[in-house]
Amino acid sequence: MSTRMFGARIERNVDPKLLRGEGAFVDDIPLPDALHVAFLRSPHARARINSIDTAAAKASSGVVAIYTCDDIGALDVEMPLLIPHPSMTNPQTQRPLARGDVHYVGQTIAMVVAVDRYIAEDAAALIEVDYAPLPVEMDIVKALDDGAPRVHAAIPNNLAAHFVQTSGDPDGAFAAAEHVTKITVQVDRSTAAPMECRAVAARWEAVTGELTVWDGTQAPISVRGGLASVFGLDEDKVRVIAPDVGGGFGQKVLLFYPDELLVPMAAMQLGRPVKYIEDRRENFIGSSQERTQIHTIELAALKSGEVIGLRDFFLHDTGAFIPYGIAVAQVASTSIAGPYRIPNIFVEFKAVYTPTVQVTPYRGCGRPQACFALERAMDQLAQELGLDRFEIRRRNLVADNQFPYAREGLLFADGLKVTLDSGQYGKALAMAATELGAENFAVAQAKALSDGRYLGLGLACYVEGTGLGPYEGGHVKIHPITGKVYVNTGLSTQGQGHDTVFAQIVADQLGVSPQDVIVVEGDTKAFDWGVATFASRAAVVSGNAIHKTAATVRKKVLQAAANMLDADIDSIELRDSAAWIKGSNRFVPLAAIATASNPLRYAFNKAAQAATQFAPASKHDGPPLAEGEAPGLEATDYYSPSQSTWAYGVHGAIVEVDPGLCTVKIKKYVCIHDCGNMINPMLVEGQVMGGIAQGIGGALYEHLDYQSDGNLANASLMDFLVPYATEIPNVSILHLETPSPLNALGVKGVGEAGCIAVGAVIASGVEDALRPFGALRFHQVPLSPTMIADVLERAGH
Amino acid sequence: MTRMIKPAIADRSADAQVEVALTVNGEAVRRSVSVRLLLSDFLRHELGLTGTHVGCEHGVCGCCTVLIDGKPGRSCLTLAAQANGYSIRTIESVAAADGTLHPVQQAFKECHGLQCGYCTPGMVMNILGRFEEKEPLDLSDDGIRELLSGNLCRCTGYLNIIAAVRRAAELLGKTPA
Amino acid sequence: MKPSIFGYEAPTTLEAAISLLAGDPDAMVLAGGQTLLPAMNFRAANPSLLVDIQHIQGLRGIAVGSDAIIVKAMVRHREFELDEEVKRANPLIAEVMQHVAHIPIRNRGTVVGSLCHADPSAEMPLLLALLGGSVVAQGPSGSREIAAEKFFQSFLTTARNHDEIVVEARFPLLPAGAGWAFDEVTRRHGDYAVVGVGCVLALHRSGRATGVRIAACGIADRPIRLKDAETILNGTTLGPLDLDAAVAASLVAVTQPDDTNVSQSYRRRALGTLIRRMVARAAQRAETVA
Ligand SMILES: Cc1cc2nc3c(=O)[nH]c(=O)nc-3n(C[C@H](O)[C@H](O)[C@H](O)COP(=O)(O)OP(=O)(O)OC[C@H]3O[C@@H](n4cnc5c(N)ncnc54)[C@H](O)[C@@H]3O)c2cc1C
Ligand code: FES
Ligand code: FES
Repeated sequence: MSTRMFGARIERNVDPKLLRGEGAFVDDIPLPDALHVAFLRSPHARARINSIDTAAAKASSGVVAIYTCDDIGALDVEMPLLIPHPSMTNPQTQRPLARGDVHYVGQTIAMVVAVDRYIAEDAAALIEVDYAPLPVEMDIVKALDDGAPRVHAAIPNNLAAHFVQTSGDPDGAFAAAEHVTKITVQVDRSTAAPMECRAVAARWEAVTGELTVWDGTQAPISVRGGLASVFGLDEDKVRVIAPDVGGGFGQKVLLFYPDELLVPMAAMQLGRPVKYIEDRRENFIGSSQERTQIHTIELAALKSGEVIGLRDFFLHDTGAFIPYGIAVAQVASTSIAGPYRIPNIFVEFKAVYTPTVQVTPYRGCGRPQACFALERAMDQLAQELGLDRFEIRRRNLVADNQFPYAREGLLFADGLKVTLDSGQYGKALAMAATELGAENFAVAQAKALSDGRYLGLGLACYVEGTGLGPYEGGHVKIHPITGKVYVNTGLSTQGQGHDTVFAQIVADQLGVSPQDVIVVEGDTKAFDWGVATFASRAAVVSGNAIHKTAATVRKKVLQAAANMLDADIDSIELRDSAAWIKGSNRFVPLAAIATASNPLRYAFNKAAQAATQFAPASKHDGPPLAEGEAPGLEATDYYSPSQSTWAYGVHGAIVEVDPGLCTVKIKKYVCIHDCGNMINPMLVEGQVMGGIAQGIGGALYEHLDYQSDGNLANASLMDFLVPYATEIPNVSILHLETPSPLNALGVKGVGEAGCIAVGAVIASGVEDALRPFGALRFHQVPLSPTMIADVLERAGH
Repeated sequence: MTRMIKPAIADRSADAQVEVALTVNGEAVRRSVSVRLLLSDFLRHELGLTGTHVGCEHGVCGCCTVLIDGKPGRSCLTLAAQANGYSIRTIESVAAADGTLHPVQQAFKECHGLQCGYCTPGMVMNILGRFEEKEPLDLSDDGIRELLSGNLCRCTGYLNIIAAVRRAAELLGKTPA
Repeated sequence: MKPSIFGYEAPTTLEAAISLLAGDPDAMVLAGGQTLLPAMNFRAANPSLLVDIQHIQGLRGIAVGSDAIIVKAMVRHREFELDEEVKRANPLIAEVMQHVAHIPIRNRGTVVGSLCHADPSAEMPLLLALLGGSVVAQGPSGSREIAAEKFFQSFLTTARNHDEIVVEARFPLLPAGAGWAFDEVTRRHGDYAVVGVGCVLALHRSGRATGVRIAACGIADRPIRLKDAETILNGTTLGPLDLDAAVAASLVAVTQPDDTNVSQSYRRRALGTLIRRMVARAAQRAETVA
């Protein structure tokens, strides 16, 4: 028997080309004669545009075209509202180029097309715009006041959405509570900062009427559909390719960014390929951001520490537009009770417009905020009740025998009731305690303190709804010439290693090596049914679709092989790229089976010649292809999950705080993680670790610093502090594998897991470390040295 | 769409040009380029060596790191004009001609030191440059962190890259200081 | 983020370079480019002409003399950091250099370029101020030596005239037996200092400190010698009360306003902490002298 590939730590198929510098990112695609785009972007957070004068820019040499809202015809409309929801009143989306008003610094006003980007930037600087600046309110609390300056003239109080969800009887729970704890916490604005900024290139072939768009997007199929409808082209005439993409983390899935429409438009009008390569500054001011929420959360508890009710009210900053609807806030609100039983929940939020770039999901998507609120509250409750922080959690975790655990009344982002499907929450907590050395920590802490060092232990639990529907598909085909297996799905990859995990799934079904499985994704010409890569859904949804499809092909292979070897189907096994009669040395190569399954006339290669030595692959009378039979070994199938799968984990850390410099050093970081069965643990760990590093960024470093006038003070990697290797500690990642009962592979998603709990862990650890100075509170992340200094100084230290 | 007449379009900027002669991956190159062309753009778009990536154009991310006269440097903070007479090495020169990975590349693969691969060429060039320096290597975790500081990676969380550096040193028979 | 258009010259003689500068008020010197090019890519700097000094004869090399280390204009940070003679002659330098940016930046950026840029958070200006060094500037009418105290005038502003090129910097050696220390706090390793403090001192047999020098970066519009603290500490045994007094006297020097990374009051706290630690570290390293 060949070894099982599912679950193996195998190296990635995609690596050699990326390591040799042979990746094909959008700006690497050679497009001879391409023209280059730069945008004129608003320097004001709110202003009326009185006039735009492009004459000087147009006249400068090397400039090919300049577009304002008046020059883009039918495109001059508001872009789509992707996820409507009744909680929104009059939802606002952006126009490709501003008309009349600008609503944030960075909003696109004009597009310059020139012979190169240098010239395009020169020309953008020559466009003269007469602005009448308007007042702004950047504080999301004050923005709701009557009379606060409005982001949209028609929207009073800047209220974008208001939504309440209830589970059980929260009022009853609070009436019955023996103890209530209440805190207000805040998570600040951040951004995904993928290393490759966004990029779009387009080529229009007037002769064939075909539009090809290379887009560093997480959702090529949706972009294709959108472009076809906007330009009135047949879908088959529009090909969208998401080639290699240098990280996305949510930022690269929006329909549309202005450039995604305007670049193809310009290519069609100018008859030359057109490229827009977003630069880092533009990525900071023009691409989606996330995170700002202020939660006021109350826990109703019994003296035993059992939490019987939860009330949370939060404000969510949605930026100037709300194209994604309430997705982020809804995920936050439905994740608010975490892994705990808490049977009675009231959660209410208001989404607030601010004059900043739109907010759409960034890895974590509301979960880090919900986790921060809940876990900081759990710590405070433990302290008030005199309970250990592990113990209070232990007493509230959903027990192994309580799954599936439903939260009646809370609807997740897929519109379905929150139902935690499976897990071993208690075991994960115990593992974290062991790995952290929690039992002996107090001794170590006291010893360190006597040397003047401040150590603290931090802890947080989280759950993550993953694998959202509606569906994905898979296409599997064994190539008759090479015997290699071709797999297509409608996703795109930004580095997750789909090509390898999907290959592992298929390899097990077809008895081939994963290196012989070639996965093609991100190209609408290869496969064009599907949704996109987001919400930790690829392994669950596409993985199961591909698994189903491969199983169908396996059946075809077995039948054909049995026919060719004149053997009983149950006696056939697949391994080493061939079908074998078990226990014998008789076999037929997959390539030969594929060839024989395709009744051609020409034996033009070895596989075809080999095929002729066997009996026919198909046993029937009549024409070579029987009625209803298809040539080749190929299938297409789909998977549509019944509900989300819920991954979870426990993170903990030992931190050291230097009260003199107010710096935080993470001495030890522990992650216990369960995403169901792991297809490739090496890649799972990679995803988790990447998420933890982003989480550390969010906990200590990364903060978009908007000034009171709406300008972003740190729109560069110099001042927006993405951690280097020197800021990331060693981490021990331990796994639990509780198979999800919801799908055949037993998998759950993992993409976002790592980042969710980190902020809560670090704040918890810093609080613990500084306990000798009093009961100090750290209720905001990122936790900067200045914030620590301020808290210490207020406490007289 | 109705067919339109293709507009006449200039295909080159009117920027002043300078003549540059340099060595790239061992090959002599002579071109006339705009005075303000960044070395990163020169390598990528004039020479078609797109393995050198661009992530910030202000020196922070390290994606554009190449070897300049044998030492890692930022190609986004160097003008092509300045590079006249330089010897440049890019990621395209690292693997053997038949594609066999260099030990540093091999180590990245074994240790899962890359995800999207965007930061990877800059990382590899930085590590390679440091390995080729005569300064002793510090292969402790913190020593490797110091070596890698200056290259951002948004995907991996670095730990596997740290492991890859150690593995590469082993493959190359480098002994720690 | 591409630079706006400029002219480019790469003269091979100092005279030619100086006359190019003299002939164009918007011309700028280009050394390692590690500060100038990011600024140009952001279009925050838009020089009309770049005078690239890398090919000028005589601007390379480090010379360790009996009282000072002479660093020529095109010496890169990394050369200065790794030079064995420099390490021996003034070990403080290596301790400072590892805090300057990252190796690939140090491979290109020059020590003198950093001095000329005069970023108040940068380490090189602090080092020159701490050691009481100087630079030599050459212009159309000859060359002049400018002491660090005079050279750093305010935020990104030096006493250099537009048509002068700084040809070398002179970093004095440490007094015999002196202890030395430098450390800084940054948000990320390799970033410019939020606050950095350097200290040099000698210890008399009696246990009393002499020749105390303390300087800080990141606290004002230029590197600052903390002379009041030096005066307070000279002649003391560097006891806790002495240090309290030295710190108290230094906090007024913090004038840098709140910025995106830290607040002014944080800088005060960090300055106090670093003064205490650096004085202690320098004292520990000092050999007792007669
Ligand atoms: C990511 C990053 C991180 C950094 N971190 C740090 C840090 O932590 N600490 C730090 O100190 N620096 C840091 N730097 C800056 C780096 O040290 C620069 O090398 C240095 O500041 C300038 O040296 P240069 O040779 O590159 O100068 P250039 O950029 O070439 O020039 C800088 C300025 O000085 C002028 N100039 C240069 N040489 C002369 C001369 N000989 N005569 C007259 N004028 C001259 C130029 O006209 C220009 O105005 C960082 C840079 C980057 C990109
Ligand atoms: S692109 Fe050069 S350092 Fe980021
Ligand atoms: S692998 Fe994606 S940025 Fe490093």
